[in-house]
Amino acid sequence: MSRAELLLQIADDELILGWRDSEWTGIAPFLEEDVAFSSIAQNEIGHARALYELAARDLGTTADELAFDRAPEEYRCAQLVELRLPSWEHTIARHHLYEEADAIRLGRLKQSDDAELAGLAAKIDREEVYHRMHAQMWFDRLEAEPRFTAALEELRPLSAALLDSQLRDGHTSELAPLWEEMTMVRRSIPAARW
Amino acid sequence: MTRIWEVFRQERKGQAFQHAGSIEAPDERFAEWYAREQYGRRGESTALWVVPREAVHEIHDFVDELKRNYHRVDGYPLKEKLKEARERAAVTAKNAAHFPRS
Repeated sequence: MSRAELLLQIADDELILGWRDSEWTGIAPFLEEDVAFSSIAQNEIGHARALYELAARDLGTTADELAFDRAPEEYRCAQLVELRLPSWEHTIARHHLYEEADAIRLGRLKQSDDAELAGLAAKIDREEVYHRMHAQMWFDRLEAEPRFTAALEELRPLSAALLDSQLRDGHTSELAPLWEEMTMVRRSIPAARW
Repeated sequence: MTRIWEVFRQERKGQAFQHAGSIEAPDERFAEWYAREQYGRRGESTALWVVPREAVHEIHDFVDELKRNYHRVDGYPLKEKLKEARERAAVTAKNAAHFPRS
Protein backbone atom coordinates (compact mmCIF):
# COMPACT_ATOMS: atom_id res chain seq x y z
CA MET A 1 0.00 0.00 0.00
CA SER A 2 1.35 3.41 -0.86
CA ARG A 3 1.82 6.04 1.81
CA ALA A 4 -0.91 8.17 0.23
CA GLU A 5 -3.36 5.28 0.35
CA LEU A 6 -2.70 4.69 4.05
CA LEU A 7 -2.92 8.40 4.81
CA LEU A 8 -6.27 8.66 3.03
CA GLN A 9 -7.70 5.79 5.07
CA ILE A 10 -6.81 7.47 8.34
CA ALA A 11 -7.67 10.99 7.15
CA ASP A 12 -11.06 9.85 5.88
CA ASP A 13 -11.73 8.06 9.18
CA GLU A 14 -10.88 11.21 11.13
CA LEU A 15 -12.84 13.56 8.87
CA ILE A 16 -16.02 11.50 8.85
CA LEU A 17 -15.83 10.66 12.55
CA GLY A 18 -15.16 14.35 13.25
CA TRP A 19 -18.31 15.18 11.35
CA ARG A 20 -20.37 12.65 13.33
CA ASP A 21 -18.92 13.79 16.65
CA SER A 22 -19.69 17.42 15.81
CA GLU A 23 -23.36 16.49 15.38
CA TRP A 24 -23.63 16.31 19.18
CA THR A 25 -23.02 20.03 19.59
CA GLY A 26 -26.03 21.39 21.41
CA ILE A 27 -27.78 18.05 21.91
CA ALA A 28 -25.42 16.10 24.14
CA PRO A 29 -26.86 14.86 27.47
CA PHE A 30 -25.34 17.86 29.28
CA LEU A 31 -23.38 21.03 28.54
CA GLU A 32 -19.96 19.71 29.45
CA GLU A 33 -20.32 17.02 26.81
CA ASP A 34 -21.57 19.51 24.20
CA VAL A 35 -18.22 21.20 24.67
CA ALA A 36 -16.21 17.98 24.98
CA PHE A 37 -17.50 16.44 21.76
CA SER A 38 -17.19 19.70 19.84
CA SER A 39 -13.61 19.90 20.96
CA ILE A 40 -12.87 16.27 20.09
CA ALA A 41 -14.50 16.74 16.69
CA GLN A 42 -12.41 19.83 16.03
CA ASN A 43 -9.24 17.92 16.89
CA GLU A 44 -10.21 15.05 14.62
CA ILE A 45 -10.81 17.36 11.68
CA GLY A 46 -7.48 19.00 12.43
CA HIS A 47 -5.81 15.60 12.29
CA ALA A 48 -7.58 14.87 9.01
CA ARG A 49 -6.27 18.14 7.60
CA ALA A 50 -2.68 17.36 8.54
CA LEU A 51 -2.98 13.88 7.05
CA TYR A 52 -4.57 15.21 3.85
CA GLU A 53 -1.75 17.76 3.52
CA LEU A 54 0.83 14.99 3.54
CA ALA A 55 -1.15 12.83 1.12
CA ALA A 56 -1.75 15.83 -1.14
CA ARG A 57 1.98 16.31 -1.61
CA ASP A 58 2.38 12.67 -2.62
CA LEU A 59 -0.58 12.88 -5.01
CA GLY A 60 0.11 16.32 -6.48
CA THR A 61 -3.13 17.87 -5.26
CA THR A 62 -4.42 19.89 -2.31
CA ALA A 63 -5.84 18.90 1.06
CA ASP A 64 -9.18 20.57 0.27
CA GLU A 65 -9.55 18.65 -2.97
CA LEU A 66 -8.87 15.39 -1.19
CA ALA A 67 -11.25 16.20 1.66
CA PHE A 68 -14.18 17.41 -0.44
CA ASP A 69 -13.82 16.82 -4.15
CA ARG A 70 -13.91 13.05 -4.30
CA ALA A 71 -17.14 11.12 -4.83
CA PRO A 72 -18.45 9.24 -1.78
CA GLU A 73 -17.33 5.88 -3.24
CA GLU A 74 -13.77 7.14 -3.38
CA TYR A 75 -13.44 7.73 0.34
CA ARG A 76 -11.45 5.12 2.23
CA CYS A 77 -13.12 5.41 5.62
CA ALA A 78 -14.22 2.40 7.61
CA GLN A 79 -17.97 1.86 7.87
CA LEU A 80 -17.95 2.32 11.64
CA VAL A 81 -17.32 6.07 11.38
CA GLU A 82 -20.05 6.66 8.79
CA LEU A 83 -22.93 5.67 11.02
CA ARG A 84 -25.14 8.35 12.40
CA LEU A 85 -25.60 7.24 16.00
CA PRO A 86 -28.04 9.55 17.78
CA SER A 87 -27.87 7.39 20.88
CA TRP A 88 -25.40 8.26 23.60
CA GLU A 89 -24.50 4.67 24.45
CA HIS A 90 -23.74 3.91 20.79
CA THR A 91 -21.71 7.08 20.40
CA ILE A 92 -19.63 6.29 23.49
CA ALA A 93 -19.27 2.67 22.36
CA ARG A 94 -17.93 3.83 19.00
CA HIS A 95 -15.71 6.40 20.72
CA HIS A 96 -14.23 3.62 22.86
CA LEU A 97 -13.72 1.19 19.95
CA TYR A 98 -12.25 3.85 17.70
CA GLU A 99 -9.81 5.23 20.27
CA GLU A 100 -8.67 1.71 21.14
CA ALA A 101 -7.91 0.87 17.51
CA ASP A 102 -6.46 4.28 16.73
CA ALA A 103 -4.00 3.96 19.62
CA ILE A 104 -2.67 0.77 18.05
CA ARG A 105 -2.61 2.33 14.59
CA LEU A 106 -0.75 5.42 15.71
CA GLY A 107 1.60 3.32 17.80
CA ARG A 108 2.62 1.41 14.67
CA LEU A 109 3.02 4.58 12.60
CA LYS A 110 5.24 6.15 15.24
CA GLN A 111 7.66 3.26 14.60
CA SER A 112 7.71 3.88 10.87
CA ASP A 113 11.01 4.40 9.03
CA ASP A 114 9.26 7.21 7.21
CA ALA A 115 10.27 10.19 9.36
CA GLU A 116 7.43 12.43 8.17
CA LEU A 117 4.83 9.80 8.86
CA ALA A 118 6.31 8.92 12.26
CA GLY A 119 6.54 12.60 13.18
CA LEU A 120 2.95 13.35 12.28
CA ALA A 121 1.74 10.23 14.06
CA ALA A 122 3.58 11.30 17.21
CA LYS A 123 2.04 14.77 17.08
CA ILE A 124 -1.48 13.40 16.59
CA ASP A 125 -0.92 10.82 19.31
CA ARG A 126 -0.10 13.50 21.88
CA GLU A 127 -3.52 15.06 21.34
CA GLU A 128 -5.24 11.68 21.24
CA VAL A 129 -4.12 11.06 24.83
CA TYR A 130 -6.99 13.32 25.93
CA HIS A 131 -9.49 11.62 23.63
CA ARG A 132 -8.48 8.26 25.06
CA MET A 133 -8.82 9.61 28.60
CA HIS A 134 -12.33 10.79 27.77
CA ALA A 135 -13.33 7.49 26.16
CA GLN A 136 -11.91 5.54 29.10
CA MET A 137 -13.68 7.71 31.66
CA TRP A 138 -17.00 7.05 29.96
CA PHE A 139 -16.30 3.36 29.43
CA ASP A 140 -15.56 2.91 33.15
CA ARG A 141 -18.72 4.77 34.03
CA LEU A 142 -21.02 2.86 31.66
CA GLU A 143 -19.47 -0.61 31.43
CA ALA A 144 -22.00 -2.15 33.80
CA GLU A 145 -24.96 -0.64 31.96
CA PRO A 146 -26.81 -3.21 29.78
CA ARG A 147 -27.62 -0.63 27.07
CA PHE A 148 -23.97 0.21 26.75
CA THR A 149 -22.67 -3.33 26.63
CA ALA A 150 -25.29 -4.17 24.01
CA ALA A 151 -24.22 -1.21 21.88
CA LEU A 152 -20.58 -2.20 22.25
CA GLU A 153 -21.21 -5.74 21.04
CA GLU A 154 -23.35 -4.44 18.19
CA LEU A 155 -20.57 -2.17 16.91
CA ARG A 156 -17.54 -4.28 17.74
CA PRO A 157 -17.56 -6.29 14.47
CA LEU A 158 -17.18 -3.03 12.53
CA SER A 159 -14.08 -1.99 14.46
CA ALA A 160 -11.93 -4.69 12.83
CA ALA A 161 -11.77 -2.67 9.60
CA LEU A 162 -10.01 0.16 11.43
CA LEU A 163 -6.83 -1.89 11.57
CA ASP A 164 -7.38 -4.19 8.59
CA SER A 165 -7.56 -2.46 5.21
CA GLN A 166 -8.85 -5.59 3.51
CA LEU A 167 -12.08 -5.20 5.47
CA ARG A 168 -12.65 -1.75 4.02
CA ASP A 169 -14.79 -2.74 1.07
CA GLY A 170 -17.63 -0.41 0.29
CA HIS A 171 -19.64 2.00 2.33
CA THR A 172 -22.92 2.11 4.18
CA SER A 173 -25.87 4.02 2.72
CA GLU A 174 -25.19 6.72 5.34
CA LEU A 175 -22.01 8.08 3.75
CA ALA A 176 -23.65 9.63 0.69
CA PRO A 177 -26.12 11.86 2.61
CA LEU A 178 -23.29 12.89 4.96
CA TRP A 179 -21.13 13.78 1.96
CA GLU A 180 -24.02 15.77 0.42
CA GLU A 181 -24.28 17.95 3.50
CA MET A 182 -20.55 18.19 4.10
CA THR A 183 -19.71 19.29 0.55
CA MET A 184 -22.85 21.35 -0.11
CA VAL A 185 -21.25 24.74 0.34
CA ARG A 186 -18.11 23.84 -1.57
CA ARG A 187 -20.10 22.42 -4.47
CA SER A 188 -22.44 25.40 -4.56
CA ILE A 189 -19.84 27.50 -6.35
CA PRO A 190 -17.31 25.24 -8.06
CA ALA A 191 -13.72 26.46 -7.98
CA ALA A 192 -14.62 29.36 -5.66
CA ARG A 193 -11.90 31.13 -3.73
CA TRP A 194 -12.85 31.99 -0.14
CA MET B 1 -25.35 12.14 40.67
CA THR B 2 -23.54 15.19 39.50
CA ARG B 3 -21.44 17.44 41.69
CA ILE B 4 -20.20 20.96 41.44
CA TRP B 5 -16.49 21.69 41.28
CA GLU B 6 -14.87 25.09 41.51
CA VAL B 7 -11.93 25.81 39.23
CA PHE B 8 -9.13 28.23 40.08
CA ARG B 9 -6.51 29.19 37.54
CA GLN B 10 -3.01 30.56 37.74
CA GLU B 11 -2.19 33.00 34.97
CA ARG B 12 1.58 32.91 35.42
CA LYS B 13 3.87 30.95 37.66
CA GLY B 14 4.11 32.57 41.07
CA GLN B 15 0.83 34.44 40.81
CA ALA B 16 -2.15 33.84 43.04
CA PHE B 17 -4.79 31.42 41.84
CA GLN B 18 -8.03 33.11 40.89
CA HIS B 19 -11.51 31.69 40.65
CA ALA B 20 -12.28 30.93 37.03
CA GLY B 21 -15.67 29.24 37.16
CA SER B 22 -17.43 26.04 38.01
CA ILE B 23 -18.01 22.66 36.44
CA GLU B 24 -20.57 19.90 36.82
CA ALA B 25 -19.10 16.40 36.88
CA PRO B 26 -19.92 13.10 38.56
CA ASP B 27 -16.40 12.49 39.88
CA GLU B 28 -12.85 13.79 40.07
CA ARG B 29 -11.77 12.21 36.78
CA PHE B 30 -14.53 13.87 34.78
CA ALA B 31 -13.98 17.11 36.71
CA GLU B 32 -10.33 17.16 35.76
CA TRP B 33 -11.05 16.42 32.10
CA TYR B 34 -13.69 19.11 31.88
CA ALA B 35 -11.48 21.61 33.74
CA ARG B 36 -8.70 21.09 31.20
CA GLU B 37 -11.23 21.53 28.41
CA GLN B 38 -12.96 24.65 29.76
CA TYR B 39 -10.00 26.44 31.32
CA GLY B 40 -6.86 25.02 29.77
CA ARG B 41 -7.50 24.33 26.12
CA ARG B 42 -5.90 27.51 24.84
CA GLY B 43 -2.84 27.48 27.07
CA GLU B 44 -4.25 30.36 29.06
CA SER B 45 -3.16 29.06 32.45
CA THR B 46 0.02 27.62 33.91
CA ALA B 47 -1.95 25.64 36.47
CA LEU B 48 -5.46 24.83 37.68
CA TRP B 49 -6.95 23.87 41.01
CA VAL B 50 -10.08 21.76 40.81
CA VAL B 51 -11.92 21.68 44.11
CA PRO B 52 -15.22 20.09 45.09
CA ARG B 53 -17.67 22.83 46.07
CA GLU B 54 -18.12 21.15 49.51
CA ALA B 55 -14.45 21.79 50.23
CA VAL B 56 -14.96 25.52 49.86
CA HIS B 57 -16.11 27.08 53.15
CA GLU B 58 -17.82 30.41 52.70
CA ILE B 59 -17.68 33.09 55.35
CA HIS B 60 -20.04 36.07 55.07
CA ASP B 61 -20.51 37.37 58.57
CA PHE B 62 -17.89 39.30 60.42
CA VAL B 63 -18.28 40.53 63.98
CA ASP B 64 -17.66 44.22 64.67
CA GLU B 65 -19.72 44.91 67.78
CA LEU B 66 -17.52 47.67 69.12
CA LYS B 67 -17.22 49.36 65.74
CA ARG B 68 -13.44 49.39 65.76
CA ASN B 69 -13.16 51.58 62.76
CA TYR B 70 -9.43 52.04 63.30
CA HIS B 71 -9.03 48.40 62.10
CA ARG B 72 -10.51 49.34 58.79
CA VAL B 73 -9.07 51.18 55.84
CA ASP B 74 -11.89 53.69 55.97
CA GLY B 75 -11.44 54.11 59.75
CA TYR B 76 -9.75 57.48 59.47
CA PRO B 77 -11.11 60.36 57.44
CA LEU B 78 -8.31 59.91 54.91
CA LYS B 79 -10.04 61.68 52.07
CA GLU B 80 -10.28 64.84 54.11
CA LYS B 81 -6.65 64.75 55.19
CA LEU B 82 -5.47 64.11 51.63
CA LYS B 83 -7.49 67.06 50.37
CA GLU B 84 -5.94 69.35 52.97
CA ALA B 85 -2.45 68.03 52.19
CA ARG B 86 -2.90 68.67 48.47
CA GLU B 87 -4.06 72.22 49.14
CA ARG B 88 -1.02 72.88 51.30
CA ALA B 89 1.25 71.42 48.60
CA ALA B 90 -0.34 73.60 45.92
CA VAL B 91 0.37 76.74 47.96
CA THR B 92 3.99 75.65 48.50
CA ALA B 93 4.50 74.99 44.80
CA LYS B 94 3.15 78.43 43.92
CA ASN B 95 5.61 80.03 46.32
CA ALA B 96 8.51 77.87 45.08
CA ALA B 97 7.93 78.97 41.48
CA HIS B 98 9.61 82.26 42.33
CA PHE B 99 12.77 80.38 43.23
CA PRO B 100 13.83 78.22 40.23
CA ARG B 101 16.10 75.24 40.95
CA SER B 102 19.74 75.80 40.13
